[in-house]
Amino acid sequence: MKISVKREDGFREYEVDARDATLLEALVKIKTELDNTLAFSSGCRSGVCGSCSVRVNSKGVLACARKVQDGDRVEPLNNVNVIRDLVVDMEKSLSFNEKSKAWLNVLDSNAQLNDQTQMINELQSDCVLCGLCYSACPVYSVNSEFLGPFALTRVWKYVSDKRELGAIEKLDAIQTNGVWDCTLCNECAIVCPQEISSKADIEKLRAKSSMAGYEDPTFAQSFSFGSFDGSPSF
Amino acid sequence: MKTDVLIIGAGGAGLVAALNAKETGASVIVLTKEYPTRSQTCMAQGGMNAALGNAGEDSVEAHIQNTLKSAHGEADEEAVRFMCEEAITAVKWLDDIGVCFSRTEDGKIAQRRLGGASAHRACYAQDYTGLKILHALYDKCLKEGVQILNEKYLLSLLKDEEGGVCGAQILDIRSGEIENYEANAVVLASGGYSRVYGKNSTNSTASTGDAIAVAQRAGASLIDMEFVQFHPTGLKNSSILISESARGEGGYVLNSKGERFTDELAPRDELSRAIHAEISKGEEVFLDIRHLGEAFIQKQLPQERKLARLYENVDPVTDLIPVKPVAHYTMGGIAVDHKSQTSLSGLFACGECANHRVHGANRLGGNSLLEIVVFGKEAGVNAAKHALANRTHSNLAPKENFINECKEFKNELDFYASRDAIGETLYKKVGIVRKKSELLEARTMIEELKASLPLMGVSDKSKVYNTNLVEFLEFRNILDVSEAIINGAIKREVSSGAHFMAE
Repeated sequence: MKISVKREDGFREYEVDARDATLLEALVKIKTELDNTLAFSSGCRSGVCGSCSVRVNSKGVLACARKVQDGDRVEPLNNVNVIRDLVVDMEKSLSFNEKSKAWLNVLDSNAQLNDQTQMINELQSDCVLCGLCYSACPVYSVNSEFLGPFALTRVWKYVSDKRELGAIEKLDAIQTNGVWDCTLCNECAIVCPQEISSKADIEKLRAKSSMAGYEDPTFAQSFSFGSFDGSPSF
Repeated sequence: MKTDVLIIGAGGAGLVAALNAKETGASVIVLTKEYPTRSQTCMAQGGMNAALGNAGEDSVEAHIQNTLKSAHGEADEEAVRFMCEEAITAVKWLDDIGVCFSRTEDGKIAQRRLGGASAHRACYAQDYTGLKILHALYDKCLKEGVQILNEKYLLSLLKDEEGGVCGAQILDIRSGEIENYEANAVVLASGGYSRVYGKNSTNSTASTGDAIAVAQRAGASLIDMEFVQFHPTGLKNSSILISESARGEGGYVLNSKGERFTDELAPRDELSRAIHAEISKGEEVFLDIRHLGEAFIQKQLPQERKLARLYENVDPVTDLIPVKPVAHYTMGGIAVDHKSQTSLSGLFACGECANHRVHGANRLGGNSLLEIVVFGKEAGVNAAKHALANRTHSNLAPKENFINECKEFKNELDFYASRDAIGETLYKKVGIVRKKSELLEARTMIEELKASLPLMGVSDKSKVYNTNLVEFLEFRNILDVSEAIINGAIKREVSSGAHFMAE
């Protein structure tokens, strides 16, 4: 079958026998048998390390979780610096975890989790930091300081944790370039290999923020300029 | 770059070591050839042992005895006792930093039974236990401001005039530049070497035993390298792991006739041999979890279902899962004492690359996540203490210059083909059942490949992100580690645990 891979100088087509293989297996075959210069990242081969995220025919996927198809066009992620070929620099998006203080801040040692309450953030803790959500995010594509999907999902993971007493510090950290900047378009959820909806987590963080006394700045701004007519301002 | 403690590897062991070294008062830099959350730890599925007794009666003593029994007399009892006693604190600590352990209805951490255990002892987070522990550790490191530098590959260790280790020489994969990191103590936490078995391993492609090969070149002792654990249930075609929890929850192992032929909860070495014997007879072997029901499989084993569908085109809810035993965990590694110190001053090691002799000849399921937390802490604390007490050193220029030498290699032979051949040969001849004659054949093969290394090399001449070069450097480590496994296996004439001699 024929597979095209975006290289530094444009798409290069490879003819490779990779029937019933994953895309990652096909890339390994290309690298080891046809072209040693191809650069891509891989690790676990089983969808838990988040290394092999790429775009195929414009859609974000983990290469290890896709059956390769004849004619596949493989490109690096969007909205991120490409280091070489399919390898991107994850530092920028990862820095938002720190910026949004996505960790357990103050432990409530009296909190008692049970089978139900531990399920609240079970899905969010499945995140593998593959970065497909940032690649798909239209807000991040125009605002490189937007904290973005996986960081906000991680914030919700800890904000919703019954053991967290210090959630307010996280809510403080996500007001600017954070929860209110999302357009709730759901692109992040569509590409997530772990079926996490950062959009839904952002909505829950908005509700928590409102309860903590924060306002939607776009709403406040629209209102103060006297232009508010009830329709969304974005 | 200068720091008190330099940590190589950012999986569970490296991150626990970093947090503890920092808490002890040392400055810390962590280097990883990947990113922290891409480390092998994320693949650990089944659980982490601690005798909490949350799901029926259990005791620390039972945990110790199960571990010692499985180790076949090759473990250090004092180290095992320490690990099992610390287990309860270790799980509590992880719970307190936010690990989402699965819970019982009355709010306790849920526990499941794994092979070789007398009780339901493994704390778990569905079948994503390692992933969730690793990510919580990563988040904790962000909170504590631990400096982690990504995509830095270990080339060699720096030593001072007295022979103490005082830093490392590193390839920055992104820029292609070589960098020296000076440190008062170095902790190796770069993971195991199962990937020398190539495609016949459950492990990440990164598990090439880099720090073990580098430490050996620097003069550190290795121990028990021949003890390689074969997991009984890798997927037949891809070697992707189907967790022991599938059997712990009641799964059966069947042959082509649909007969059970072994105890599914026997220790991994025994079960692997039983399956190997069946496959050698010409049978196919399957894991059967159909009777557990869709609701249960989806809730407790979601990852297994996804992987079986993708890689074998079978749905465990309705189909049998084809399996074979594959290299999964390496008990052997860099020799360390009770303070996680190697035979070289200033050099510490923890996690799968180290050998604290707690697993002996066969590791129990659920003891590896435990080990990285308990001994990660010891290595971090002791390295920090050493660093704070020894703050002056003069490092010598590194002797090792393979990275530049190999750029002149002829590249007439394809090292990727040799890498695959090593994986196949080790699986057949240095695998589940070993024979002296075959071990010698495997050794000859490795010796020949080592001699022909200058005929191999890299064809990619790029300085930036040259994975062809990194994989060649890994290949050299694979050769050295393979040789150590084979030499260990030849020396150990009597069967013990995972090392099984047919003759």
